[in-house]
Amino acid sequence: MTLLEAQNLTKHFPLRRGLFGADPGAVRAVDGVNFTVDAGRTLGVVGESGCGKSTTAKLVLKLEEPTAGEIRFEGRALQTLDAAGLRQYRRSVQAVFQDPFASLNPRMRVGAIIAEPLVTNEPIAGAEVRKRVARLLDLVGLPARSADLFPHEFSGGQRQRIAIARALSLSPKLVVLDEPVSALDVSIRAQILNLLVDLQRDLGLAYLFIAHDLAAVAHMSHTIAVMYLGQLVEYGPAKVVATDPKHPYTQALFSAALPSHPDESRDEIILTGEVPSPVNPPSGCRFHPRCPHVLPRCAPEVPKLRSTFGREVACHLYDPFR
Amino acid sequence: MTDRPLLELDRLSAHYVTARGTRIVRAVDEVSLTLRAGETLGVVGESGSGKTTLALTILRLLPTAARIVSGAMRFDGEDLLAKSPAEMRRIRGKRIAMILQDPMASLNPLFTVGDQVGEGVRVHEHASRRTARERAGALLRAVRIPAAAQRLREYPHQMSGGMRQRIVGAIAISCEPQLLIADEPTTSLDVTIQAQYLKLLRDIQREHGLALIFITHNLGIVARMCDSVAVMYAGRVIEAGPVRQIFNAPAHPYTQALIESIPRLGGGPARLTAIDGQPPDLATLPRGCSFQGRCPRVIDHCREEEPPAVDLTAQHNARCWLAKR
Repeated sequence: MTLLEAQNLTKHFPLRRGLFGADPGAVRAVDGVNFTVDAGRTLGVVGESGCGKSTTAKLVLKLEEPTAGEIRFEGRALQTLDAAGLRQYRRSVQAVFQDPFASLNPRMRVGAIIAEPLVTNEPIAGAEVRKRVARLLDLVGLPARSADLFPHEFSGGQRQRIAIARALSLSPKLVVLDEPVSALDVSIRAQILNLLVDLQRDLGLAYLFIAHDLAAVAHMSHTIAVMYLGQLVEYGPAKVVATDPKHPYTQALFSAALPSHPDESRDEIILTGEVPSPVNPPSGCRFHPRCPHVLPRCAPEVPKLRSTFGREVACHLYDPFR
Repeated sequence: MTDRPLLELDRLSAHYVTARGTRIVRAVDEVSLTLRAGETLGVVGESGSGKTTLALTILRLLPTAARIVSGAMRFDGEDLLAKSPAEMRRIRGKRIAMILQDPMASLNPLFTVGDQVGEGVRVHEHASRRTARERAGALLRAVRIPAAAQRLREYPHQMSGGMRQRIVGAIAISCEPQLLIADEPTTSLDVTIQAQYLKLLRDIQREHGLALIFITHNLGIVARMCDSVAVMYAGRVIEAGPVRQIFNAPAHPYTQALIESIPRLGGGPARLTAIDGQPPDLATLPRGCSFQGRCPRVIDHCREEEPPAVDLTAQHNARCWLAKR
């Protein structure tokens, strides 16, 4: 069942006007992106810095307003929601961010941090709050006495558990996970990833999982969306995209992912150059200046996402009428 | 190539001591390693396992609170611990070079790239300004920076992260060192830029035959880049050996768990093997093995006595009571 749907989602950040009022253009952070998140499932978004994955997360969290396009949640467009509807949406969609040292207020006790969303959203008695906090702490594998401590008394992995408990306090349907394990130690990452999988199974949560660690995304996701310079280049079931990528960018990205064993041989596709500026993206296919399989039509003509090999790919190589 | 190792550490220990001497942090404890010319050694461990302190110990760049308390360290047959500060300065940058994690912090924002890349040659080889500039241009081309002549006149802030890290690489190889220590050199880079950089390091290593120590928390980098690996935990090397032997038959429970905890591409949602608990505080290490609190196979003996390094094969050793040859 579709929980959240983005249609032609676009966010441009205008640059400051020049001295004579010339239009300086805009950073095209997200440019016409379509995706869906199903209830109880995980959509993984991968891409390098500047590809628009964090802006996408902010749009879903309504921390940014889209320039064009819309997001539909349970069938209703966010723009059409009234104040009560918006409040309901904000309760249903929660977030866990990358750095648990920055996302927890050092002056608040852990119990108050976890209870804050509850207290601001519901008329609820003190005793009930304490009971709910204890249940949330138990859910994320922390002892109940943690509620009386301050964030600095916890390690990175434990703090991320606190951030997860806070995100779950309002029983959301969708949790946006923006690089939830990148700041953690290697031996702790697996603990948090396992916790997230367990919570999804037990509570039926949907995740929007954003990370640059490709193996972690492939491991966690049911569906993967690959972004390049604000656009989707490949979109499909995680296993299909991760093990047999079709878009030349996805192929390069996954071939650049580090092996898990020294005998694991992969065709190494080393891309030349760097990601161009999203202020002035290349014409046609935005990947064409770095693409190893570039065709004459890639520069003038924008490739559309089309279904092929069980996923969607935006690449002229897979055009049946080529 | 001779049989003599290029770098040899023998039971080297470096400890941090608080001002009153009440707390001792054993950041590097009884570390023995050998590295031959042209080889790549990976040092893996989590934050606080002592891997960066190990690099600083080799370069004798420890902060004043830290002291090398015991052990021996030989580089190309010479005793590094017997060198005077002036002699060490002639070795650092010339014969042993280092690349740090954050390229923005290791470049001076007030000097042009050309000045900084040429500085090593001017200091160590007393080259003239012009020679230094020519060498800097050649070095930028060696690290595949396009329009090198123009880039020499530019400042670090005008470049992307990947390009800055390549400039730091150019500085490191400017005096053709025998040993290059890279401390998490790709952590701040994107995946495809990381792949470019790792390939560049491998090409440079092949061209110049230099030995490389890769300090990283990422076993994937070890799998792709290294000949041998040393796994550090709480200041000690708990397992060391050739990369394939370690990945195929890890002997220490910590190494086993680390290898099993990495998600694999195409794995799909499933459980990973997680290591419970968290790394210990180096100032209050327990008696016996420092991994005992998190070890799934702990026995009583682990809580009483520290396991010695057991040789499993000629090159592979592990500090664990369960490791058998």
